[in-house]
Amino acid sequence: MTAINVKGLYVSYFGNEAINNISFQTNTGTILGIIGPNGAGKSTLLKSLLSLIPTDRGVIEYYGKPVKETRNKIAYVPQRSDIDWDFPITVLDTVVIGTYPKLGLFKRPKQKDREWAYHCLEKVGMSDFGKRQIGELSGGQQQRVFLARALAQETEMLFLDEPFVGIDASSEQTIITILRELRNLGKTIVIVHHDLNKAASYFDEILLINKELVSYGKAQDVLKPNNITKAYSGQLSFLKELGVNLS
Amino acid sequence: MNLISFFDAIIQYSFLQKALVTSVMVGIICGVIGCFIILRGISLMGDAISHAVLPGVAVSYMFGINIFYGAVFTGLLTAIGIGYISQNSRIKHDTSIGIMFSAAFALGIILITIMQSSADLYHILFGNVLAVPVAEMWMTFIVGVIVLTTVFLFYKELLVTTFDPTIAATFGLPNKLIHYMLMILLTMTTVASLQTVGIILVVAMLITPAATAYLLTNKLWVMIMLSSGFGVTSSIVGVYYSYTYNLSSGSTIVLVATILFFIAFFFSPKQGILWKSIRARKHRSQLANN
Repeated sequence: MTAINVKGLYVSYFGNEAINNISFQTNTGTILGIIGPNGAGKSTLLKSLLSLIPTDRGVIEYYGKPVKETRNKIAYVPQRSDIDWDFPITVLDTVVIGTYPKLGLFKRPKQKDREWAYHCLEKVGMSDFGKRQIGELSGGQQQRVFLARALAQETEMLFLDEPFVGIDASSEQTIITILRELRNLGKTIVIVHHDLNKAASYFDEILLINKELVSYGKAQDVLKPNNITKAYSGQLSFLKELGVNLS
Repeated sequence: MNLISFFDAIIQYSFLQKALVTSVMVGIICGVIGCFIILRGISLMGDAISHAVLPGVAVSYMFGINIFYGAVFTGLLTAIGIGYISQNSRIKHDTSIGIMFSAAFALGIILITIMQSSADLYHILFGNVLAVPVAEMWMTFIVGVIVLTTVFLFYKELLVTTFDPTIAATFGLPNKLIHYMLMILLTMTTVASLQTVGIILVVAMLITPAATAYLLTNKLWVMIMLSSGFGVTSSIVGVYYSYTYNLSSGSTIVLVATILFFIAFFFSPKQGILWKSIRARKHRSQLANN
């Protein structure tokens, strides 16, 4: 079944093209990696998929429906730096936020919502930290908490922006294990990832972009040298100009 | 004893009762709204809106309408103007705030001077809680009810849009609308505080009790409770000093709030300077002994 359908997507910032005619179709039960060099528009693509930024042209559909009707089907784990870490909120209450969309206006989270949030914290191995203030955690622990919040949303799709940046190896392992479990349950996972390391083992499918679509398909098919060269060509020639030896 | 004569005076004089009731309500409202202002990092915006209310107050006097309408109008107009300038040019937000609020304030001063009517500029700027009329006391009460009800009803939405606006947007929450809703509440709060602390010092009532509470807790709702508690304490003690020593009420209230802040700054169990240095010293001596 098609989970994500993107056709002819264009996005620009103040007239500068950021995403140029990108199309792809992903089935449910897939871990899709969005990969490309710096400035390739990976985060922009993810944000436009979430309709956090306006698109210029193109179609974005989830399960055959437009984004506005499917907001409650997608959970988002933003880059860690986007937040005020001194905010007076505990780890557990951060995860409880994940239950808000289901509650709707005027309703307060109840005991069962808090228990569900605690359960999600347990899943990411952070239940001992529930009472801590959110800024008292390490980078990897913070990322696990935000994954827990996304889990609390109980959505069909999960979008993560650079989840493995600046975190410890065991947190990375915990996160990828959980994502694989979700994939096996038929959920669709989209991950923006900046380096090619582990890309083949983490992702089922890869969308290799550099403003335009370079290649899309099964991970091992996309990660061919000619595709990589094409996507990273700008940076390669830049490195050559600096005299960096690539062989 | 001053304190006993103060209590006698409260029982005896209705103007003192009104002063206390009004300033206690202002302490609560400012304490609650202030928490969201400082957590969103828009303290300067609080200062701006409170000044921008002045031309609205003047125009309201001119047309003989309730100052409330004029104040909310110019306050909100300034908030929108500030957002418009910083979003549509390279001018940074704080610069845009500086341009717009000083312009509104300057305009207000001229309008008030031209009118030379019942509106006393000094009292609008610095507050005179001991002369608060019954009508204004009721207006403060109504504003209080509106502010507290709104915060209570939209607590979840205010929490998530303040803490993590990006996630709020993926939930489909209208960040901008909530921002302007908060600006309306802020303007209303400012108007309600005019008699008590005045335009110039209302920002202190908004941010000082909230900042004090911020040093003491890791939970938003506790912070809100503590903040309004500090606001109320400052108001009562401030009115006492204002009455007893015949001082400007705005100044005494704000200074009491500031003293509370410094007590928390030095002695807060988690964030206080004192305990931090004691903990650091203990840790060092432990390391030395091992």
